[in-house]
Amino acid sequence: MSSMTISQLAPFYGSRQAVKAVDMQVATQEITAIIGPSGCGKSTVLRCLNRMHETILGASATGTVLLNDEDIYGSNVDATLIRRRVGMVFQQPVAFRTRNIYENVAAGLRLQGMSRKAELDQSVEEALRSAVLWDEVKDVLSKPGTALSGGQQQRLAIARALAIKPDVLLLDEPCSALDPIATANIEELLVQLKTTLTIVIVTHSMQQAARISDQTAVFMVDTSSGNGIGELVEKSSTINVFTNPSDPRTESYISGRVG
Amino acid sequence: MSIPKNYRWRKFVDQVMRGSTVVATGCAVIPLIAIIGYVLTLGGSALSTQFFTDVYQPPNMAQAAADGSTPAFDPNDPFAGIGVPSDGTAPADGTALESDVYAGGPVGGVLHGIIGTLIITGMGLLFALPIGIFAGIYLSEYRNERYATIVRFCCDVLSGSPSIVAGVVIYILVVIRSQQFSAIAGSLALMILMVPIVTRTTEEMLKLVPESMREAARGLGAPTWYSTFTVIIPAALPGIVTGVMLAFARGAGETAPLILTVLGSNMISTNLFAPMASLPLVAYRYTESPYPGENTLAWGAAFVLMMLVLVMNILVRVATRRRAGASR
Repeated sequence: MSSMTISQLAPFYGSRQAVKAVDMQVATQEITAIIGPSGCGKSTVLRCLNRMHETILGASATGTVLLNDEDIYGSNVDATLIRRRVGMVFQQPVAFRTRNIYENVAAGLRLQGMSRKAELDQSVEEALRSAVLWDEVKDVLSKPGTALSGGQQQRLAIARALAIKPDVLLLDEPCSALDPIATANIEELLVQLKTTLTIVIVTHSMQQAARISDQTAVFMVDTSSGNGIGELVEKSSTINVFTNPSDPRTESYISGRVG
Repeated sequence: MSIPKNYRWRKFVDQVMRGSTVVATGCAVIPLIAIIGYVLTLGGSALSTQFFTDVYQPPNMAQAAADGSTPAFDPNDPFAGIGVPSDGTAPADGTALESDVYAGGPVGGVLHGIIGTLIITGMGLLFALPIGIFAGIYLSEYRNERYATIVRFCCDVLSGSPSIVAGVVIYILVVIRSQQFSAIAGSLALMILMVPIVTRTTEEMLKLVPESMREAARGLGAPTWYSTFTVIIPAALPGIVTGVMLAFARGAGETAPLILTVLGSNMISTNLFAPMASLPLVAYRYTESPYPGENTLAWGAAFVLMMLVLVMNILVRVATRRRAGASR
C-alpha cells in the first residue's frame, strides 16, 4: 500500500503539452476519482502514474511522481518494474486470446518467474477471489478467457492486475464498455479493494465518481490559448466537490452546464 | 412512396455495371481455370506408381526396360535403340520416326525432382524463417524506430523484383566462387525470395493483434520481447503460418534462380554441395524435349508440383487450426 505524490507533472505529446503541470496527492486506502470532459487529459495523467504514457510514440512527461518516497521518473528507474507495482486496468476488457482463464491470471506471475504449480494455483485463486470472479469461474478455469462476458472479462483483467500484488491500481474508465449490472459489480469490488490498495479511477460518469470515490480531481479543458490544454481545476474530498465546489468551472461541469 | 423520375435509368446503369464486373471476373478466372485444367489433364495422364518411385530414364533405357531387352549403350553407336541408324542419317523411308520411342514411350518418374524440391525449398525456408519472422517482429513491435521504414521499403522492393535477380546474385557470390553448382546455392537464392514474404506477412499479422492486448501486457510490467513472444505471436500464429506457406509455395515454384544455382540432375542426390534435381527444373528441361515421353514427364512434374503445394497448404492449415482450437 502506497501513497502517491504528484508534483509539477506535465505530460507532452511531441512538443505539445497536453496538461498544465499537475500537483496532487493520492492517499492510501482511498479511491481517487478523476473526472472531466473529453480531451481534458484525465487518461493521460493516469497513464503517467505508471509510465504507460511514454509508450505512445513521441509521448513524454516531466515532473516527479513519488511512489512512497521513490520518484518513478528517476533516472535509474526501470519503467517495467514500476508497472508491476502500479497495476492498470483499461477501458476495453482484455483477455489474452490464446490463454485460458487460469493462464490469463497467471500471466503476470509467470512473468515474475513464478513457476511452481502449487504457488501459482494459490495466487491465481487468491486473485480471482479478490476480483469476486472465483465462484463464477472456478469450474471452468481451462476455458478460454475470451469465452467470458464483458463484465467477467473486466474482472478477469482486474484479477490479472491484482495477482502480482501491486501497491496501486489504476483504472481507465473500466466500466464504459459494460452494462449497468456489470458496472455495479465492479464498483462494489473496488470499494472492497480499497481497504488493501490505493486506487485511482478515471471515469466519464460523475455518478460513478460520487458513488465510490473518497477524493475527486476535476480536470477541464482550457481553450484560451488556442489549442486546448488540460488543467486540474479542483481536487478535494468527493463530498466537497459535489456539494460545495470551490471553482466555478467545477460547478458548471457537475451541474451539466458544460462538458 | 413515389418512384423517382430517373429510377429506370438508374436501375439500367446498375445492371450494366454489375454485368461488367461479372464479365471482368470471368476474364480473370479463365486463364486460371485453363492452366489448372491443362495441367490436370496432361499431367494427370502421366501419373502411375512408377512416376512417383522412379527417377528419370533416357528414352532408350526406358524402352529396353519395357521390352525386357538389355539396354546396351554402345559408344560407337550412340543412337542404337532409338531408331536412328549408326551413321546418324535418318532412313529414307522415315521408319525411324515411327519407332516406339518417338511415339512417346515411358521415360521413368520424377522421384528425384520431388526429393530435390523438398530439400531445396525446405532448406531455403529454414534459412528464411528466422530472418523473416524476426524482421517482421521488428517492423511491427518496434515500429517507432525510423530504421523500420527503410527496412519495410526494401522488403517491398525485394518482393517485387524478378526472381532471376536472386539467381544471378547467388550465381556470382556463391556458384562462381565455389566453382560448383549446388543445392545449397539454390536454397540461398530461394531464401532471398522468401524473406520479404515472411517478413511482411508476419508484420501485417502482428499488427492485426489489437493494441489493447499489448497495453494490457505492458501494464503488467512485461517488457516488449516478453509480451511479443507470450501474448502477441500466439494470437497471430495462424496468420504467420499462412505467410510461411505462401513463401513455401513461391519458393517451390521458382525456376529461374534454380537454373543458375542448382543446375538440375537426372538422379536422386542428397548432396547439398552438388547439383540437384527439382520439379520446376524437370518441367522446364523436358517441355522443350523432342521426345513426347519426356514432354509428358514435364507435365507430370508440373502436376506434382501443384499438388505438393496444395497438400502442404492443407496439412499446415489443419495442424495450426487444431492447435489454435485446442487453446481456444
